[in-house]
Amino acid sequence: MEINEIYIKLKSVFGDGIGELKTDLPVRPFLFVDASKIDAVALFLRDEESLQFDNLSCLSGVDYDKDNLAVVYHLCSYSLGHQLVVKCLVPKQDPKIKSVADVWAAAEWHEREAFDLVGMIFEGNPDLRRILLPEDWEGHPLRKDYKVPEFYNGMKIPY
Amino acid sequence: MAELRTEEMILNMGPQHPSTHGVLRLVLTLNGEIVEEVKPVLGYLHRCFEKHAEAMTYPQVIPYTDRMDYLNAMSNELAYVLAVEKLLGIEVPERVEYIRVIMSELQRIASHLVAIGTYGNDSGAMTPFLYCFMDREKVLELFEIVCGARMLYNYIWVGGLSHDITPEFITKTKELIKYLRPRMKMINNLLSYNKIFIERTAKIGILPPEVAINAGVSGPTLRGSGVKYDLRKSDPYSIYNKFDFDICVGTGERGVVGDCWNRYIVRAYEIEQSLRIIEQAIDSIPEGDVQSAVPKRVKPVAGESYVRTESPKGELGYYIISDGSLNPYRVKARSPSFCNISVINQISRGHMIADVVMILGSFDIVLGCIDR
Repeated sequence: MEINEIYIKLKSVFGDGIGELKTDLPVRPFLFVDASKIDAVALFLRDEESLQFDNLSCLSGVDYDKDNLAVVYHLCSYSLGHQLVVKCLVPKQDPKIKSVADVWAAAEWHEREAFDLVGMIFEGNPDLRRILLPEDWEGHPLRKDYKVPEFYNGMKIPY
Repeated sequence: MAELRTEEMILNMGPQHPSTHGVLRLVLTLNGEIVEEVKPVLGYLHRCFEKHAEAMTYPQVIPYTDRMDYLNAMSNELAYVLAVEKLLGIEVPERVEYIRVIMSELQRIASHLVAIGTYGNDSGAMTPFLYCFMDREKVLELFEIVCGARMLYNYIWVGGLSHDITPEFITKTKELIKYLRPRMKMINNLLSYNKIFIERTAKIGILPPEVAINAGVSGPTLRGSGVKYDLRKSDPYSIYNKFDFDICVGTGERGVVGDCWNRYIVRAYEIEQSLRIIEQAIDSIPEGDVQSAVPKRVKPVAGESYVRTESPKGELGYYIISDGSLNPYRVKARSPSFCNISVINQISRGHMIADVVMILGSFDIVLGCIDR
């Protein structure tokens, strides 16, 4: 199914929960979804007969612009062979987004990684802890305004 | 007689444990010898790849991708470079594509040989390990002829390659193909169909296909569960659609589909398929200049690209966002081992401690790739 058809389909079910569809090159077409609706949209994408997005290929956290973080979902369907890119904007002030870990198990660790490095809070993730950095690390390094701390546990950080 | 008292025990396996294939810590909750829960603890090898990448120009990132999955540097480079080329919108000469495919397939053979050898070693079979490393060395020698490095190459460049291949490389590659086929037969007889090895691996850690797909498991680990899915065929990149090869899946020839043995045997079979691809490619390399399409300055317009490739470990993806400057705005690596290892808890429950070692080995993880 092409992204335009998917977009129309989602729009008819979720209405305002689905944001803009971007098709201008060189960006691969993607669509915005409201961060508070993403769990329901994800479930629909997975279970709807004509969509069957059974695989979450990649989930990335991005420091999107001055006010927003973004979570980018690269979906793919093993059974039907089509792909889709979905983005959710999350305000930096209150970086909360619904977790999709119970829709795709792959999301659990990816969400932990996004939380660890970029710092959005995935509501409903069963085990939202840091995954790559030490548990007591402060801050989220992939934020553009991140400053490397001078000391970690009393040890000087050389770089 | 009073009832015997039992209690749960927590055991740390790793981070310094040879069977964890690197610095991985598994926190095992045990009931006697039976594993109740496995909690992987990652991050011991975290080298801030994604953070570093933001401070460098696009070509400068390539050597860092080498070091992600260090057994498989060519495939890492290829995936990253394809993503950058997609952003730039450049076409590379056909000769370059051919050489890239040959290199990736040679690398797949080298990586699978390590996987097979170390897996034998995990199960107590030391000899196949030595044979596999001998053969892998022959592959690494080929890389050395071409670019001077054995493991970390910086060979595949944006728009081209660092060096053209030499006639010596072609003759030696053809010799290697002739040499490897009987060697693989020997290794199969020595290890794959060895009764002790089968007893250790068959019917252990069964991963059902729907669980695998849902958890993002990919590569030989997924195909071991009987899912016929290989990005080289399903979503072809580079020039893989020109070559004739089969997708190997676990068929339950020994044990049951989705167990450790079936995951393992997919790798052994894939070596033959890689040899087939190289055989077809090496005879039909077109003439050309491998650096004619290398841009003077890599400065893509603002945009983003996501490229998925079939690395020896599974689906390796690079998601690159460009803001129009010389440095990438964001580079995210979707590492295959990271997703594969996440199902370990689910499929290890109820097995013995020794089986956890076999299950972990059957994923063929590289910690450099998981922790990035």
